[in-house]
Amino acid sequence: MDWGDILFDGVLAALGPAGAAYALSAMGLNLQFGYTGLLNFGHVAFMMAGAYGTAITVDAGGSLWLGVIVGIASGALLGMLLGIPTLRLRADYLAIVTISIGEIMRLFARSGFAEPLTGGVFGIQAFAGEFFDLNPFAPGARYGWGEFVFQGRALFVSLVGWALVGLGVIVTWKLIRSPWGRVVRAVREDEDAVRSLGKNVFFYKLQALMLGGAFGALAGLLLAIEQQNVTPNSFEPRVTFFLYVVVIVGGAGTVIGPVIGSLIFQFLFFFFDSFMGSAQEQGWFDWAGFDATDAAQVKLVLVGAGLMALMAFRPQGIFGSKEEMLVGDT
Amino acid sequence: MIATLALIAFPAASQAEGETIKGTLEKIDGDVREPVAGVTITVELDGEFIASAESNDEGDWEIPVPGAGTYLVRLEVDTLPDGVALTDPDRFELPALSVRENQNKTARFNLGAGLSGGTGSTFNRLVELLVIGLKLGAIIAMASIGLSLIFGVTGLVNFAHGEMVTMGAVIAYFFHLSPLGPGWPLLVAAVPAILLVAVFGWVNEAGLWRPLRRRRVGLIAMLVISIGLSFAVRNVINIMFGGEPKTYGDFAVQQPVEVLGIQTVPKNMFIIVFTVIVLVGVGLFLQRTKMGTAMRAVADNRDLAESSGIDVERVILVTWVVGAGLAGLGGVLQGASETVQWDMGFKLLLLIFAAVVLGGLGTAYGAMVGAFIVGVTVEMSTFWIDANVKNAVALGVLVIMLLVRPQGLLGTRERIG
Repeated sequence: MDWGDILFDGVLAALGPAGAAYALSAMGLNLQFGYTGLLNFGHVAFMMAGAYGTAITVDAGGSLWLGVIVGIASGALLGMLLGIPTLRLRADYLAIVTISIGEIMRLFARSGFAEPLTGGVFGIQAFAGEFFDLNPFAPGARYGWGEFVFQGRALFVSLVGWALVGLGVIVTWKLIRSPWGRVVRAVREDEDAVRSLGKNVFFYKLQALMLGGAFGALAGLLLAIEQQNVTPNSFEPRVTFFLYVVVIVGGAGTVIGPVIGSLIFQFLFFFFDSFMGSAQEQGWFDWAGFDATDAAQVKLVLVGAGLMALMAFRPQGIFGSKEEMLVGDT
Repeated sequence: MIATLALIAFPAASQAEGETIKGTLEKIDGDVREPVAGVTITVELDGEFIASAESNDEGDWEIPVPGAGTYLVRLEVDTLPDGVALTDPDRFELPALSVRENQNKTARFNLGAGLSGGTGSTFNRLVELLVIGLKLGAIIAMASIGLSLIFGVTGLVNFAHGEMVTMGAVIAYFFHLSPLGPGWPLLVAAVPAILLVAVFGWVNEAGLWRPLRRRRVGLIAMLVISIGLSFAVRNVINIMFGGEPKTYGDFAVQQPVEVLGIQTVPKNMFIIVFTVIVLVGVGLFLQRTKMGTAMRAVADNRDLAESSGIDVERVILVTWVVGAGLAGLGGVLQGASETVQWDMGFKLLLLIFAAVVLGGLGTAYGAMVGAFIVGVTVEMSTFWIDANVKNAVALGVLVIMLLVRPQGLLGTRERIG
């Protein structure tokens, strides 16, 4: 077993495009769940809206940059559509509707009658040429030291992704220190108190849901651009669970939490993935009859169990504080 | 190494090019062969729609598929022209056609002369869909009573409820067909399945939720924990049971029978009748027994129930056991009606939620009514819309209900907050 390789698999995953996209998406979820207390169990739907919004726009003849705008707007619009029927009600109704919409959107995208628009199960490919035209690095060349190398293409996407993450951190920080930020945090703590001060709680929640949705859409379209490919099966419900783990590990309701959470999650996930792969090859699991797929799935079980344990024993995550955490009854 | 980075978000990106499933439809009548045009063929993977195609004037059809794998290929019987029918009416679908990489696999359907290709008049077709809808409603009802009652007595929306449905189906499969199991008939295997899921419900409450309530973990944190539990259990089932859908040996293939001009398989009738009996039993339990009355009292007002001497913790435990057992039964019925699959309960969860919200969260009778409305609406909608997005109808029903009457048909206002 080569521990160096296993370790580098984790590090490269954390710093790569997926790490940046998860950090961005988790920032959106953090605005909704961490700061405003909205239980969005279908964040993957916002990522899907962003990815498909972009790909379909380019497919229909628009430029990629128009597509990016359409993608982000689709995320915000989806937030509005989901929020209007649910945000006046108890928190669990939003959870029920969002977990449903993620699956429904996936089924729609892959259905026969949406195929002219979405490309069905095969999805849409090769729509991000304009982005890669700007790539200053040689696409096939390798950059880095020793084992720690990125290909030029991945390096470019990672740099853009982490720049967006940095921008997102600044935007979140400014927002949360603004009067708007104080109101949404107050909504999380005690809706009735905010209402008694004459604030329209519903609109603040809706704004937080839409803004978080826009972040999610941006992350989704970043992943889509990186792959030059959107297919419905990239947007399985488990992505939302991963994002919850990311937000909670880092600390819900903190500015930097989603970024730290994404780095830790991606590192552990791929470190463990690589470790289980090697262990299975060396026959460590022969007694249980595990094949490679089974060994890979063990990490998903651990993600679920990890989310439960975190929520039960350290809901504030690594950097959060209990005061900034939704612990009270709703 | 770089390639593995993308796998987490885009697992389907590495699909190979070029796999197709194809075939030629010919009506063979003695020595006369003639091509059959305009018949729809559908391909599914793991119970999800992939693509469909129509046969052309030569009777040829071809469907590209996303990669190597085991596909289900179905001939849509209603699209057969008059005078053409399957020589064996049961062979309208090939449940496990395996396609290798870059293979152009041929799927055969044998057609011969028949009186009528379709299944009769529009009215008859609608009534048939109604029966299928009632059957689906029956299965949803089994699963949603527990979810609704558990919400009623604890305030928790248990997102891991679908996994108890899956467990029922999978455990029954173990006792019924697994090489390691005893190989009992399905009707016998269902008994330990339901009991074991009920025990799982007991373990859930006693080992997880009660300690969490004692530690004063908030409801929102508990919702997230139930999501984590759902994810963990679902993947454990996936590892142990495998990703392929499987069918039970008993009742898997049934010849449709004609009742009052409507064609249906006997198992649908059995599921509907059996469920109605169980529902009446649940109703009697809630109305007539001390425990049932206590359950409704706790769901209605926990503090008042506690102060009038009801042992609330015991009531919650019984609710979990009963709710889990019913969910397990729902799983066995769903498995017998369609296939057993590791994520079948999660897929059903959307319909369960729609049913429970429609009827009113926290009410057992509301869940029953909601389940049948959702089941019938979803199945009957396929008369007009693409069957692959029928579950979207349930979401539509859910959203309209939330806009118009968020407390549900039988719910009370104060619950919605």
